[in-house]
Amino acid sequence: MDKFKHIVSKVIPLDRSNVDTDAIIPKQFLKSIKRTGFGPNLFDEWRYLDHGEPGMDNSKRSINPDFVLNKPQFKDSKILLVRENFGCGSSREHAPWALLDFGIKVIIAESFADIFYNNCFKNGILPITLQKDEIEELFSETETKTLEIEVNLEKQFVKSLKSYSFEIDEFKKSSLLNGLDEIGLTLENKGVIANFEKSYFSNYPWLKQE
Amino acid sequence: MAKTLYEKIFDKHVVLAQEDTYLIYIDRHLIHEVTSPQAFEGLKIHDRPLWRKESIVAVPDHNVPTTDRDKGIQDPISKIQVETLDQNCKDHNLLQFDMSDVRQGIVHVIGPEQGLTLPGMTIVCGDSHTSTHGAFGALAMGIGTSEVEHVMATQCLIQKKLKTMKIDVQGKTHPLVSAKDIALFVIGQIGTAGGTGYAIEFCGDAIQQLSMEGRMTLCNMAIEAGARSGMVAVDDTTINYLKNKPFAPKNGMWDLAEKEWRTLHSDIDAVFDKVVEIDATMIEPQVSWGTSPEMVKGISESIPKKSNLTSDKHLDFQRALEYMGLNENTPINEISVDKVFIGSCTNSRIEDLREAARYLKGKKINPSIKLAMAVPGSGIVKKQAESEGLDKIFMESGFQWRDPGCSMCLAMNADRLESGERCASTSNRNFEGRQGQGGRTHLVSPAMAAAAAVHGHFVDIRNEEISG
Repeated sequence: MDKFKHIVSKVIPLDRSNVDTDAIIPKQFLKSIKRTGFGPNLFDEWRYLDHGEPGMDNSKRSINPDFVLNKPQFKDSKILLVRENFGCGSSREHAPWALLDFGIKVIIAESFADIFYNNCFKNGILPITLQKDEIEELFSETETKTLEIEVNLEKQFVKSLKSYSFEIDEFKKSSLLNGLDEIGLTLENKGVIANFEKSYFSNYPWLKQE
Repeated sequence: MAKTLYEKIFDKHVVLAQEDTYLIYIDRHLIHEVTSPQAFEGLKIHDRPLWRKESIVAVPDHNVPTTDRDKGIQDPISKIQVETLDQNCKDHNLLQFDMSDVRQGIVHVIGPEQGLTLPGMTIVCGDSHTSTHGAFGALAMGIGTSEVEHVMATQCLIQKKLKTMKIDVQGKTHPLVSAKDIALFVIGQIGTAGGTGYAIEFCGDAIQQLSMEGRMTLCNMAIEAGARSGMVAVDDTTINYLKNKPFAPKNGMWDLAEKEWRTLHSDIDAVFDKVVEIDATMIEPQVSWGTSPEMVKGISESIPKKSNLTSDKHLDFQRALEYMGLNENTPINEISVDKVFIGSCTNSRIEDLREAARYLKGKKINPSIKLAMAVPGSGIVKKQAESEGLDKIFMESGFQWRDPGCSMCLAMNADRLESGERCASTSNRNFEGRQGQGGRTHLVSPAMAAAAAVHGHFVDIRNEEISG
């Protein structure tokens, strides 16, 4: 996983609550057996006027000009601003894969659904939780102009006209900053896991029966 | 120290603790075709073996056709995904119930049915509805594909402790109010983010009275309240269900296991981070009207009025009504439907089918219904239903009787809604486009879905004649 770097980018204001993973990446695109290539179908049903299917040439489809992701000023944006409970619904990691493939590295929300929140970190995306009034402030700033935001994970702040600090779990923070391979990290404890298994199966022998 | 059920199971699985981050051991890993291929690919790239392949059970369910199964999968992309699972299982010598196996079905139906889901286990699957298995006093949760790979390679997950929430449903529900109605009612009360960060334990008289099927329906929907995990304590109902299940422990092992399982309940003086009390007698049959499971009302009620909601809800409310093609203040029983779907990991077990068939017996579906389908949760459920003659009741009433799979719950196979079509569905999500782009989903219990099929609109099952 790439190391998370300091980011300055225009922010895409997607003014919705409860954006679910079906909206982020509709199910027909989950048939892929790859981790990449989902970007063109991010928010497919909102982004295009026609019905999307895997294998279509997305550059030839009719775009919904009113949808915020399609505004030319946000073409290279890395930051998404949303309301509460972002990423609710299914556990599909295709949702963060699609966001990442589009170029999103940071999502700022009032709250996130648990599984989605977790999935973001596994893919180098930083989900930032701010207070309701702070989110409101950011949205109102985006109403009048294209807002540029600075994100500093090391020092845990985002800065637009004002600076907002955010909380993050230390382990998750260091995983992102160092681009850690969590499986490799866990496998450093191979012996501990094997020892655990030994005593575990002697206490609960029926679980070993297969 | 007094512990909650969640804490008891969590603590037994701690391999390593570093401050508030834990490495916990995983007993059972269920996999399906959609969220596993990238995990297998990751292992291959890093040349990592599976830690304990006996913990893994695989089944294709999301993409499988529910008709003409002998002809195979028509959609070439779906076909590749299912074949990839077949190949991965073959390469790693994993237990799989493939499409031709009578034990094939929806992953959250077959786990319990085969006795692969046992009390006290930690159970994961790359699927959010893994919470279902918590009905057995297990700690079960949905994970993403990176975590699927992590569990395959290490048999462990990196976890923080969740907060605990007790949902205490006291009193007795009306006999025709089902576990689905309790689940939807609870979500209506606490909201779709109400359980975020929590493991929910459902308790109280109304929960104890539920069958295992009912408890599974309830725990299945915990994720729709935002909780990764829902659970119910072990009691006689749990133990009786598991006896003689194919993969459940046998003989002396059973006795040992039962003794341990009987301890799987929250201690009387255990402290929960949050307690929600619900009066079961207040719960009527529920119908969702919007595009989030929290947008739900009782059958005697109406869609809310915008003026009665706080202003921060107005935009979502308006958007939901527009998508659903409904108006504020419309009585729920005036909403008509085009299609009816009985199935999904929420409501496709034998009891769900019996509940619907009991109502449908001797009745015909309304001529206004374009399609009504019953999709059993597994080959075993299908066989059982057919031995009880339920298939005939469904078909005589005008329902189609299908092969098992996820089907129109998420419409990854050919079963889907067309744009603008309205469906009474026993599934779990009414999100925009969930059952097909532009499709409109109303979440209900199996009996309520059957009644909507007969009348062409929602009716109160409590006022209906039931012959069975």
